Amino acid sequence: MSQADLSIHGQVSRTSATEIMTAPTFSVAAKKMAMWLFIIADTATFAGCLVAYGFIRNATPDWPRPFHSITNVAVMTLVLLTSSLTMLIGVRSAQAGDKAKAFRWTMITALCGIMFAVLHIKEWMGMIGEGATLFHNPWGTPLFSSLFFSITGLHLLHVTGGVVALFAVGLRYQGGRYNADDLEITGLYWHFVDLVWMFVVPLVYLLNLAH
Amino acid sequence: MTTAESHKNSGIGKDVGVYVCLLVLAAIQFVIAYQDISASQMLVRMLTVAIIEAGLALLFFMHLSENRGLRWFVLIFAVAAILGMQYGWTDSFRLLDGVRWAK
Repeated sequence: MSQADLSIHGQVSRTSATEIMTAPTFSVAAKKMAMWLFIIADTATFAGCLVAYGFIRNATPDWPRPFHSITNVAVMTLVLLTSSLTMLIGVRSAQAGDKAKAFRWTMITALCGIMFAVLHIKEWMGMIGEGATLFHNPWGTPLFSSLFFSITGLHLLHVTGGVVALFAVGLRYQGGRYNADDLEITGLYWHFVDLVWMFVVPLVYLLNLAH
Repeated sequence: MTTAESHKNSGIGKDVGVYVCLLVLAAIQFVIAYQDISASQMLVRMLTVAIIEAGLALLFFMHLSENRGLRWFVLIFAVAAILGMQYGWTDSFRLLDGVRWAK
């Protein structure tokens, strides 16, 4: 290519380079990509906890099965799954420009999160009432209680953080400081919390159901 | 009805469909919990259902079905992280059963 060609195509080349530099990875906005990276990292955290739980459960011969009823955990699952749907409706409303409806559904999602947390604490109080604590288990190995409270506690922490985020982002969206993209990114986090619960329920609750 | 409204309604219809599927799959997990099978069989069945649930949530609730590049990125990283954590299972059996070849 001659010098003349270079000067002729110089403008085009610079434009292409700028486009390449500013083009988001996988056509995803930077803040959304950041949330995906956080979700991947958090997946490793929960996977680590659940694998550690599986390892210890497998290596402990007298593993207790203390759960007699699954009603509470079934209702918790229903509430969390429903909250994912309400979040989706909120995000779709925001994308369609219906601000009031988006805010309303985001707040409903946050309320579902609060309901889940209340049911979770009720479950914990029941177990604590029977003598189970982080370091003591009335049904056998104390490792059961340690793992149960650690894993469900980590999940509850994520739900609590999600509820705070939903209120904060929802209110700022309502105030015009955040847009539909911000609501969608918060929704991604909320769906992830729901997704983790799909693994916590069978491993921590259902496999320890008394028969 | 505008095109945007029509698209939004069809999107919500799909979301409700996926939500119902997730509820059914969650119910299947609860049914499995009451089956008279060994813990390992129960674990395999429940995890299979959980992986299907997670796949549906990722593809449709988290919209990975709409972005092929991101889908592969997330899948490769997540699977690599999860597979990397499986190295210890044989050791958990050793703790449970002892080292057979050393007896």
